[in-house]
Amino acid sequence: MTNHQSAYFEFLCHFGDNALILGHRLSEWCGHAPSLEEDIALANTALDLMGEAQLWLGLASDVEGHNRTADDLAMHRDVWDFRNFLLTEQPNGDFGQTIMRQYLFDAWHVPTLTALTSSIEKSIVEIAQKTVKEARYHLSRSRDIVIGLGDGTIESRKRMQSALELLFPYVGEFFTSDSVEQQMVKEGVLSNLDNLRKSYFEEINKTFSSATLTLPNIQFSQKGGKTGKQHSEHLGHILNQMQWLSRAYPDANW
Amino acid sequence: MYAQLIKSEATVENPKKLREFQARIDAGEKIEPKDWMPEGYRKTLIRQISQHAHSEIVGQLPEGNWITRAPTLQRKVILLAKVQDEAGHGLYLYCAAETLGASRDELNQMLLDGRMKYSSIFNYPTLTWADMGTVGWLVDGAAIMNQVPLQRTSYGPYARAMIRICKEESFHQRQGFDIMMKMANGTLEQKRMAQDALNRFWYPSLMMFGPSDSDSQHSAQSMAWKIKINTNDELRQKFVDQTVPQAEYLGLTIPDENLKWNEKKKRYDFTDPDWSEFYDVINGNGPCNVERLNARKKAWENGKWVRDGLLAHVQKTTSKTVTVE
Amino acid sequence: MTLSNASDMIAEDQISSTEWPLWEIFIRGQQGISHRHVGSLHAPDAKTAIQSARDVYTRRSEGVSIWVVESQQITASSPSDKGPLYEPSKSKIYRHPTFFDIPDKVGAM
Repeated sequence: MTNHQSAYFEFLCHFGDNALILGHRLSEWCGHAPSLEEDIALANTALDLMGEAQLWLGLASDVEGHNRTADDLAMHRDVWDFRNFLLTEQPNGDFGQTIMRQYLFDAWHVPTLTALTSSIEKSIVEIAQKTVKEARYHLSRSRDIVIGLGDGTIESRKRMQSALELLFPYVGEFFTSDSVEQQMVKEGVLSNLDNLRKSYFEEINKTFSSATLTLPNIQFSQKGGKTGKQHSEHLGHILNQMQWLSRAYPDANW
Repeated sequence: MYAQLIKSEATVENPKKLREFQARIDAGEKIEPKDWMPEGYRKTLIRQISQHAHSEIVGQLPEGNWITRAPTLQRKVILLAKVQDEAGHGLYLYCAAETLGASRDELNQMLLDGRMKYSSIFNYPTLTWADMGTVGWLVDGAAIMNQVPLQRTSYGPYARAMIRICKEESFHQRQGFDIMMKMANGTLEQKRMAQDALNRFWYPSLMMFGPSDSDSQHSAQSMAWKIKINTNDELRQKFVDQTVPQAEYLGLTIPDENLKWNEKKKRYDFTDPDWSEFYDVINGNGPCNVERLNARKKAWENGKWVRDGLLAHVQKTTSKTVTVE
Repeated sequence: MTLSNASDMIAEDQISSTEWPLWEIFIRGQQGISHRHVGSLHAPDAKTAIQSARDVYTRRSEGVSIWVVESQQITASSPSDKGPLYEPSKSKIYRHPTFFDIPDKVGAM
């Protein structure tokens, strides 16, 4: 692969893996949600994300030259090849942790996909235009629930505050740049994300204020998922489950 | 079926009103929530509809068991969409039961404390990927057999829920058969999985229709009320007749040595399931009864703070508005 | 006046009812036709009811617009009034165009 190809491939895997891993996590809720309505809604979000993963990984497969299909990328890469944010692989925890993780992700997902709608790559624009609509719906739903549960009962506020404290250290990774991303910006594949951090914090500050939740005052952030340098231990267990069947019977056609 | 062993409630009512009610049903009229109805009709329906609803909700679990392990991305989204539909079906049915004066929370409570049942089939484990195919093919196939006639049931909200469900359900059986075709035409291991799944699910699927009820009083009353359309034996026979050629197409063997075509009766003769196993499962001693119910209890208890929290937020914002005015 | 958040927290046992209210869902299947009742669901408030209706009742692209009404807000006619409410119109057959015989040669009318 040329330098461009390999950077572009990793860049697409980053988007595909975020959607795949978070979609996988959400799908674990099916049959176990707090209400039937919520069960159905969570499954819809999971389906959107899984569909998005198929699109990005499909494009990654094209870029790589069809050595591997989208399924191969999902089922036959190991932990270090995954490029998803650490946030997306964190366990579901209670419903508060799940919806907080979702909100923190959606608030990044929407502006990023919006930026991708003005990429110079036509195939990226197509995917971004389709998925940004889904992401906007996810954001409006997760925001409402974070506000409702934050400003709900004493217990729900307590749970949401601890979910925020648990997950907030993973937000910093959204704003880290690496050589892959810099190259994509230089080539015009990704438009400049300089304002991303500012608008992200405007969004979440407003929400957490309505939710009566306090943003933890921390100076560090966990990172290593986006570059693949150091995932959390959770990802291995996800892959163990997700990939087992395909790897146990490599000759099978399902 | 999804509502097995429903006993219709005896009622003591004004005979004139009862006659008029029966005449409406005989004339094919639909009964709507606000119409007069015998107490027995109402109670039997609540029990039947909510057992069906409970079966959909518990029925999410054996298939949900494989969502995170589906072998391809496409299979994963199809399975998730299918299990999500089951939650939807449960929801439509609870709403139909609610029009009869029961609340969803009450019905759910009765499921959790064992006062209400769900279909025996969902107490069997799903052990390999071929089980996803078999459940779609046989279990959804058996369910459709029962649900299609129920679209004509006399109670309006129930009939409308069934129409919606049937429209969605045909995708379920097809996706199951699609998995079976891939497995049956796949590697030796896949074929073995497919046959093993059929071996395990064949008799439990036949049990879904419930024991023979052709002589049952309860069944006769439910049929007169048009909340049961066919006898259990009729539906079971129809299911066997439909499924045998499908198994042959797949090259799989139905685990019944006595299964053979009866030329005179133009139908298959087959071995009845072991009804003592059925009663064991119905009474809580199936392989997965405890796990299934515990999963539902856990979901309900763990979700309480969420349901309460969101409601409290609404009540608070509503009272705020009032204060401002 | 707005209450301060601190005095505003509700403990679980202060919630007046624990079951989310029931909402009736009406969906416009496509532009140009009216909304039709499709079923109901439970939701804490109207906005959530719309979102849930979108997730529950339009999974197969069944709608382009959603109305939700809290079930208890619906006033329905009573079946026992069926006679006085609906019978009287049955005798007004002159309201239907087929009541009048117009000769063919007059043309479409």
